[in-house]
Amino acid sequence: MVRLSALNRKLLRDLWGMKGQAFAIAMVVAAGVAMYVMYQSLFASLSETQRSYYARQRFGHVFASLKRAPQRVAADIAAIPGVSAMETRVVSSVTLDLENLDEPAGAQLVSIHSDRRPTVNDLFLRRGRWLEANRPDEILASEGFVIANKLEPGDQVPAVINGRLRRLTIVGVALSPEYIYSIRPGELVPDDQRYGIFWMDEKALAAAFDMEGGFNDVTLALSPGTSTEEVISQLDRILEPYGGRGAIPRALQLSNWTVENELSQLQSFGFLLPLIFLIVASFILNVALTRALALQRPQIAALKALGYDNAAIGWHYLKWGFVIGAVGIVIGVVGGAVLGTMIIDLYNVYFRFPELRFVVPPRVVVGAAALTFIAAGAGAFGAVARAVRIPPAEAMRPEAPARYRRTVLETPLLSRYLGTAGRMVLRNIARHPFRAGASIFGISFAVAILMIGLVFNDATERLIQTQFWEAERQDVTVNFVEPRGSAARYALARLPGVIAVEPQRAVAVRVRAGYRERYLAISGVPPTPRLKRIVDRNGEPIRLPPGGVVLSLTLAKALDISIGDVVTMEVLEGHRPTRRVEVTGLVDDLLGLSAYMDLEALHRLMQEGDVTTGALMLVDMAQEPKLATTLKQIPTVAGTGFKRSVLRRFREVLAANLGLSIFINLLFASVIAFGVVYNAARISLSERSRELASLRVLGFTRAEISLILMGELALLTLVSLPVGGAFGYSLSAIIVGSIDSEVYRFPLYVSRQAVAWSFLGIIGAALVSGLIVRRKLDALDLVAVLKIRE
Amino acid sequence: MTPLFQVRDLAKVYRMGEVEVHALRQVTLMLDEGQFVVLLGPSGSGKSTLLNIIGGLDVPTSGRVFYRDTDLTQADEGELTSYRRQHVGFVFQFYNLIPSLTAVENVALVTEISVNPMAPEEALRLVKLDARLDHFPAQLSGGEQQRVAIARAIAKRPSVLLCDEPTGALDISTGIVVLEALQRVNAELGTTTVVITHNAAIASMADRVVRLADGRVTAVEDRTEKVSPQELNW
Repeated sequence: MVRLSALNRKLLRDLWGMKGQAFAIAMVVAAGVAMYVMYQSLFASLSETQRSYYARQRFGHVFASLKRAPQRVAADIAAIPGVSAMETRVVSSVTLDLENLDEPAGAQLVSIHSDRRPTVNDLFLRRGRWLEANRPDEILASEGFVIANKLEPGDQVPAVINGRLRRLTIVGVALSPEYIYSIRPGELVPDDQRYGIFWMDEKALAAAFDMEGGFNDVTLALSPGTSTEEVISQLDRILEPYGGRGAIPRALQLSNWTVENELSQLQSFGFLLPLIFLIVASFILNVALTRALALQRPQIAALKALGYDNAAIGWHYLKWGFVIGAVGIVIGVVGGAVLGTMIIDLYNVYFRFPELRFVVPPRVVVGAAALTFIAAGAGAFGAVARAVRIPPAEAMRPEAPARYRRTVLETPLLSRYLGTAGRMVLRNIARHPFRAGASIFGISFAVAILMIGLVFNDATERLIQTQFWEAERQDVTVNFVEPRGSAARYALARLPGVIAVEPQRAVAVRVRAGYRERYLAISGVPPTPRLKRIVDRNGEPIRLPPGGVVLSLTLAKALDISIGDVVTMEVLEGHRPTRRVEVTGLVDDLLGLSAYMDLEALHRLMQEGDVTTGALMLVDMAQEPKLATTLKQIPTVAGTGFKRSVLRRFREVLAANLGLSIFINLLFASVIAFGVVYNAARISLSERSRELASLRVLGFTRAEISLILMGELALLTLVSLPVGGAFGYSLSAIIVGSIDSEVYRFPLYVSRQAVAWSFLGIIGAALVSGLIVRRKLDALDLVAVLKIRE
Repeated sequence: MTPLFQVRDLAKVYRMGEVEVHALRQVTLMLDEGQFVVLLGPSGSGKSTLLNIIGGLDVPTSGRVFYRDTDLTQADEGELTSYRRQHVGFVFQFYNLIPSLTAVENVALVTEISVNPMAPEEALRLVKLDARLDHFPAQLSGGEQQRVAIARAIAKRPSVLLCDEPTGALDISTGIVVLEALQRVNAELGTTTVVITHNAAIASMADRVVRLADGRVTAVEDRTEKVSPQELNW
């Protein structure tokens, strides 16, 4: 058996003596460690899984779609220097008629070959078998779709392919690195039930879409060291005559972009938030140790008299901090692993990998431990150095009575209202400004943490309000396979339940300003839009000027232009005209990259008549099911979106997401609020039990002396609330800023409810810890307290 | 024979807030090996300051203190620490035991860092506490706590035992038990023992009595007739 030295036994028993406080501090440490472990391990798990999946399945580097090119063009593409592998494909969307769904579902059809695996973007076959030759109705279906619709290999899916209803047979369940995250065009969140990816034999798919001998999509793998920009510009040149819509690098590929965005968020939060937790822990450790060491003065003196040197005594007390830190690390690592596992389960709903497991890499644990020991050491060091530095003869004497002063607040007028208790509270706070500051910092951080979770709830509601009610007032959105004439619009108006139809015209363009450029769809807007309006981030509708183009603020920033500047628009369809257009307005909206033009002006630019690419419809709710059934059968309809189900799905996804993050934030906020308040209360109690007992002897009631102690905590908490509010707002702004991207933006909006709930939550936590300490105050042994020599 | 301690022209001035306190003024004194010395004087006479300086806990404002051939006033903090660790045993009025350690562990605190210590149990046997080894300070009476403190002080076999009012917090009968323990250590181990007290009766058991008043030595008396603690008139 290892024999502990007497000093180490003292260490353990002293810590046990202050176990409540030590545990409270350890829990704050644990919260920081848990966050660090959770975020860093999620990052490591996700990025490692992504990396190996990409490598194994040969995920492409460049992606391009076009109208149609003959197969011989493939040889030109393969000849671009640096291209190591290439797949030309036929890609198209279809409407599905699923029995279990009222509304039409959709799928992306992607061609593969029955006789070989793709050389780029190979599939991972989860179940079933690969396609067989000469069986044109066989497909591989994406795993998410199969699970959401409870399908099995062998099941059939009715699809409207180029006007004909065909029964496709699922022979295998597959996953692709290209569709780790897949989302129906125009929607905000994935919906596996209503949208899937089907892989079909190339011959069958080409035959169905009149693409025999040609392709409309290409993906390339590049040799290491190849310039992606160079390949893209050559590829664009080759594809231009064939209706090329502009090639994109892997970084802009939707699925990859989404995963990368998640990774970069994990990385940025995974350091900042745990760091603040550890700083708070370090502060309260400092305050708690300073007090504990004041009580140890006679013992420090004795140890010195016995011949222990400053280093030995200092190390002994530093170990207090390290033991607390170590307990925090153990709890934190376990807690972080549990929370991380919960989040990875959520990831597995959105992200489809062959296998995504939560792994805590040893280096993350080592990193958490190192950070914790630095924080604990920093927190303990000041307190220990101060205590150890006292000369032994001085340590022998009790600490000199604390010097109190009148505080600046005690003006004659205010003093009258303060009373004795109030004055004692104020002077005690004023005497320990650092300690009060540390408590306020800690409590306000708890307020902030709680607020962040609630702010995201608000932001989401705001997004829904702006996007689904202020901007888009239609019930149903329809997209056509190909641009159609005005007849299509009138045909839609005659469908059951349709009250109003508003035409949509979207044109794929490349917008250029100087050397900057972006690919996007420019929307044509009727002079007085009734259904889809352009609104800013506050939901205020914007009037479109008759000429020129209106850009979203995000796009204007990306192109570094402002109102009055001229941009070059290269249309990527039809006659592919290139025009210089003046920017006549900017809209600060939530939609990332968007551009709007007057519908008539857009038609003129395209040199076309009354052409539409889709329509928005206002619908009689009672007739909605009937309309849905009808729409499923219309071959020219590529996709339909029913606002009600889109919104329902959006809320489902966010409820799961936000529910978990609010739960985690609430947990962490409570831990920190409790830790800080409990420590502050224990220290006050320890310092002032003599004083409070004296007051009791003088005839003060329990309630009155509680008021003095609780008053201090209440005042600290009260001051922390507005500070925490400001803190929470800034942290939310930082977080919202970090997800502000070219794809979508989050509004920063803090409701009164969010503020009220976060304040109430912290007041509750403070109250609970105050009451626990108050029970100790009630048990105060008056005689014993007065006899103790300080 | 060279004296164990030579104190020459020792002065110590404290600053207490805005006032200067002259705790010691030009004290000169010799203490011989093996003696039982009593420093007698009222509170504020400078006894504790003198003891703290001799024990290496405090440094004088001026003057010299020699322990054998070592000038303690020239020693730095590290040297003073090792001087305390090797040669000095302290006993305080309020015992200064570590409350979280048992009697035997409090003694072990010293034996673990000493060169040639006695076993903690043996030190406790010397003060007749071998039955209470595993008791915590809070479970011991004041006299028992003080005897643990004495055991802790002598376990390292120090050259000198410095006791600051060792019976100050005790009643007569327990005070006598503690003094007996001190006398026994002095007689059996030959440890030079310096006891501070304001109780003149204790002077009767000393070899040498040094009287202090207002920071000065007022009288030094060498005695030949030593009285046992039981016979003291309190």
